Amino acid sequence: MSQLAIQVQNLSKFYQLGQIGTGTISRDFERFFATKILGKEDPFHKIGQTNDRTTKGSSDIVWSLKDISFDIQQGDAVGIIGRNGAGKSTLLKILSRVTSPSKGVIKIKGRIASLLEVGTGFHPELSGRENIYLNGAILGMRKKEIKRKFDEIVDFSGVERYIDTPVKRYSSGMYVRLAFAVAAHLESEILIVDEVLSVGDAEFQKKCLGKMNDVSRGEGRTVLFVSHNIGAVRTLCQQGMYLKNGQLEYAGLIEDTVTKYLIDTSGRGGVPIRNRADRIGNGQIRMDEIIFINRQGLATEEILSGDYLRIEFQFQKELNVPIHDMIIACSFSDQYDNKVVSWVSDEMPHQFREKERNYFTLEIPNFNLRPSTYNFSYQISRKTTAPEDFCDVLNNVATIQVLASDFFYSGKNIRSANSALLYATFQ
Amino acid sequence: MKEKVEHWDMIIEGKTSLFSLQFKDVWRYRDLLMMFVKRDFISFYKQTILGPIWFFVQPIFTTIVFSFVFGKLAGISTDGLPQYLFYLSGITAWNYFADCITKTSTVFRDNANIFGKVYFPRLIMPLSIITSNLIRFGVQFALFLIMLFYFNMKGEDVHVTSAALLFPYLILLMALLGLGVGLIISALTTKYRDLSFLVSFGVQLLMYGTTIIYPLHSAPRQYRYLLELNPMTFIIEMFRYAFLGRGEHSVHGIIYATSVSVILFILGVVIFNKTEKNFVDTI
Repeated sequence: MSQLAIQVQNLSKFYQLGQIGTGTISRDFERFFATKILGKEDPFHKIGQTNDRTTKGSSDIVWSLKDISFDIQQGDAVGIIGRNGAGKSTLLKILSRVTSPSKGVIKIKGRIASLLEVGTGFHPELSGRENIYLNGAILGMRKKEIKRKFDEIVDFSGVERYIDTPVKRYSSGMYVRLAFAVAAHLESEILIVDEVLSVGDAEFQKKCLGKMNDVSRGEGRTVLFVSHNIGAVRTLCQQGMYLKNGQLEYAGLIEDTVTKYLIDTSGRGGVPIRNRADRIGNGQIRMDEIIFINRQGLATEEILSGDYLRIEFQFQKELNVPIHDMIIACSFSDQYDNKVVSWVSDEMPHQFREKERNYFTLEIPNFNLRPSTYNFSYQISRKTTAPEDFCDVLNNVATIQVLASDFFYSGKNIRSANSALLYATFQ
Repeated sequence: MKEKVEHWDMIIEGKTSLFSLQFKDVWRYRDLLMMFVKRDFISFYKQTILGPIWFFVQPIFTTIVFSFVFGKLAGISTDGLPQYLFYLSGITAWNYFADCITKTSTVFRDNANIFGKVYFPRLIMPLSIITSNLIRFGVQFALFLIMLFYFNMKGEDVHVTSAALLFPYLILLMALLGLGVGLIISALTTKYRDLSFLVSFGVQLLMYGTTIIYPLHSAPRQYRYLLELNPMTFIIEMFRYAFLGRGEHSVHGIIYATSVSVILFILGVVIFNKTEKNFVDTI
């Protein structure tokens, strides 16, 4: 039978928005009077609102977390996802005791090590060696524990040559490597990790993900992992929690959680480009909006590698301009502006017909690109694709985030890179 | 349905009792305390030529200036003691106390970055500060002893009394007092910064309210009780009596200083513990 590692009951945390200064002291007295003397509930808790950063609220007390309850089993790797400001970091902060909850109880079995930032407490004047001891101690390791693991840590960091140099002389990459190396060798039953992998080069990121994988699968420790990198979360975790505006929207298997999140965050995929001024062409036909639509028929900015994608082009044209001779070319390029894949309508071939509707679509049954971020560009011309016939050309119109999936049905997610994927088999 | 009694290693709650001080936790993190002390010590003299010698510079120069201004120009009595010894003894002890207060009082603000990212018993930080300062004090005290020896050789009328056995106790009192006051201020300044402006010049002014540049018995009768309200007065006087053989020493003074120190220290720790839980949100 699996055992509980963490039990959270009705956890809430409120924050005061705006300036803390004059006014707070009178409020402090009011609060003190109500809670301590009259024994009532804190008057300012009642007027709190859920945390939606986009809308303007009437109160300046906001619930960053509201009434969250969940259990985490020992040995689980749990990915916590949600948009910015959903309360992910607050939750981790409370779990790692950096701040305390306003209400609710958390019960924990085992030692907790939290990694909200790499290199906390590194002192620039101290050498790498001294910083390993200092940082290890800050993270809760005993001295003899660090001594025992010292060689392993240095080895993992790969900065052996600089170990007696002050860390202020380190490159930022080396700094992060050393810092993560210390954290990765913590001996605790529960490991909490916040978005720390966004630093360091690709090779090191891979190493970190591998190490975290070892920690959760190999050593049977409990891992809580917050990241915006959905791909990494899917690779590492079996369980997921989706936070939305400070409330627990969904908890369950990671696949279901990610799907729920993706459906929920869609609907902001449409990119109005009407007002962009950096376009080229005579403007006889102009694009108004480009929308990426997923399998569920919802607008999105994120898609799983190999999944279905439809691109909807909304356009307007001058009155007597026919569209039967329109040629549209469009492409996705990686962040270095290298085209990865492109389509040109006259080769496919497609002839647009005069219709009442002001949009056309491009359907891609399998979006076979590796996980990365790609930019969408298009070019509309008439008769030929020569520059003098350009109607509307615009680069980097919209971006799409491709997320890792089990593309080859091997039980393993594919790696990130900027390239296309083709089905193939080795013999 | 069977209800199993669960064993939990840690329970985090919003409201905890005022006196759950978690000294066990502090003890578990003792290695960290030593690490911070080492960090402070090493980073102090890294990339300097004179290194730890810098510890001597401040008391020496202050003593010289005090001897000139208060001794020669103002002609304030030094109780028949050599001026250099008189001032150096006061400055050495006072520096320890003052450093403890000023450094501790900004502990939340100085370490907001670390405190906001990782948990360890926050009390470790102020404790490491008073320990670091103790090392510094030790070095400066050695300087004082050398001077004492020198003046003794010269045949000045100074003699170490048996009260020197109280020396560790005096240090403890200064540490408790400095820590207590510092902790109270640090806790209050997380929300209201106003107090922090007071600390730096307040401590400086307090020095004149302590018997650093004059002996207690030279104080005018009608103001004497003001000086005696200040527990540091008794500590400094006892310190001087212990090593120089001159100064007012009274049992009731030491008892008074002890009680004030202990009360302020306990109050400080309780307030500090209360604040540490949520200060990240307000700093």
